[in-house]
Amino acid sequence: MKIHLPNSAFLGNIDPFLKSFNASSPNILKITANDKWISIHPVVLAMVASLGLALKPKNIECQHLEARSKHYLKRMGLFDMLSIASDIQITEHEPAGRFIPLTQITDSSKLTDFITEMVPLLHLEPNQVEPIRYIISELTRNVFEHAYSKTGAILCAQYYKKSNSIKIGIVDRGVGIKQTISESHRVNGDLDALRLALTPGITGKTQRIGGTDYNAGAGLFFIKSIAEVNKDFFMIYSGKAMYKLLKEDSKKRIILKANPFKDKHSSREDLPYWQGTVVGVDMKLDNTTEFSTLLKAVREIYSRSIKERREEHYKKAQFI
Amino acid sequence: MKTIRLKKLVGAFAEDKDKARDIRIKTITPLVKKKKEITLDFLGVEGTTQSFIHALISETIRDKGPEALDLIFFRNCNENVKNVINIVVEYMQA
Repeated sequence: MKIHLPNSAFLGNIDPFLKSFNASSPNILKITANDKWISIHPVVLAMVASLGLALKPKNIECQHLEARSKHYLKRMGLFDMLSIASDIQITEHEPAGRFIPLTQITDSSKLTDFITEMVPLLHLEPNQVEPIRYIISELTRNVFEHAYSKTGAILCAQYYKKSNSIKIGIVDRGVGIKQTISESHRVNGDLDALRLALTPGITGKTQRIGGTDYNAGAGLFFIKSIAEVNKDFFMIYSGKAMYKLLKEDSKKRIILKANPFKDKHSSREDLPYWQGTVVGVDMKLDNTTEFSTLLKAVREIYSRSIKERREEHYKKAQFI
Repeated sequence: MKTIRLKKLVGAFAEDKDKARDIRIKTITPLVKKKKEITLDFLGVEGTTQSFIHALISETIRDKGPEALDLIFFRNCNENVKNVINIVVEYMQA
């Protein structure tokens, strides 16, 4: 495998990076990088780490890095996670308020601990933390539940002071969305699998609308909705397909839709095959819609979507 | 009426759906089956996920019908928690 860290790869311009990934020769990994500057979304780092984690360190070859920003890879924990040597020297900084380094989460209790420890690291207001921990919990539990990933979930996040935004990447090397959804639904390729996975009420665990006792088929729809309401990027890549929710005009009123292809998006099905699933989310913090408002919007579309497919009586929850 | 204090069991961010399922199987469903009332007390719970609430109550509603909601009470829920509960309660009856 070969992966090249470019000058710039964020969700808005990530396509050339994804296109350049070479998945052949899966027993070795060659990491190369732009020799001037490397400025990358956390999801890119999580992808590199997840590729390397499946290999022995001796089978990972990382070119001598020249870029002035190379220390970022060290600080985010890439070389430590892959147990490979690096001559990059850094002054360790307290990560509070700035980033969540590369982290491997392999089971439920580790996730609970991580979410608890992560919140103080970010130094954010409660209304800003809520969607972040929601996203990390749901995406990571998706990995445990559906991906059968030997290396669990690899995640990291970075806070950007200038834009007052946080960017999150969560990656696995499991079975991928197509295989998961195919367990219960007819799927026409990787992109169709992404469409189904993002549609409310559809899960690979059952054909039944509304899901099983343990899975409703709502997780990815919720996360895409959080990005959509905040007018941020959301990207999911699995197999040969990638779906990217694009930013809406900041003045445009958002109306959530059940069909992800009716959102402002880009998609393609010609990428190098990614074994597993890659998810990247951006979130501006200065215009984060109140999470309760967002949930109300999700509630409306989710119920309408399910109602369209089922018909029964309603009762309200009793809050006392 | 039995009261389950969730903060003690699942922490301030209620997201562990394995624990939610355990609570449903061991406590909620048996009580509802006996037509006994139960209160889920969210005091101290700052947030939750749809997956957690789904694992906590969906199968009881599916199994016993919407009438199960006559026996389940939600106490001390903040706005976010209320919204997530309402999403699950609504789609389970949609």
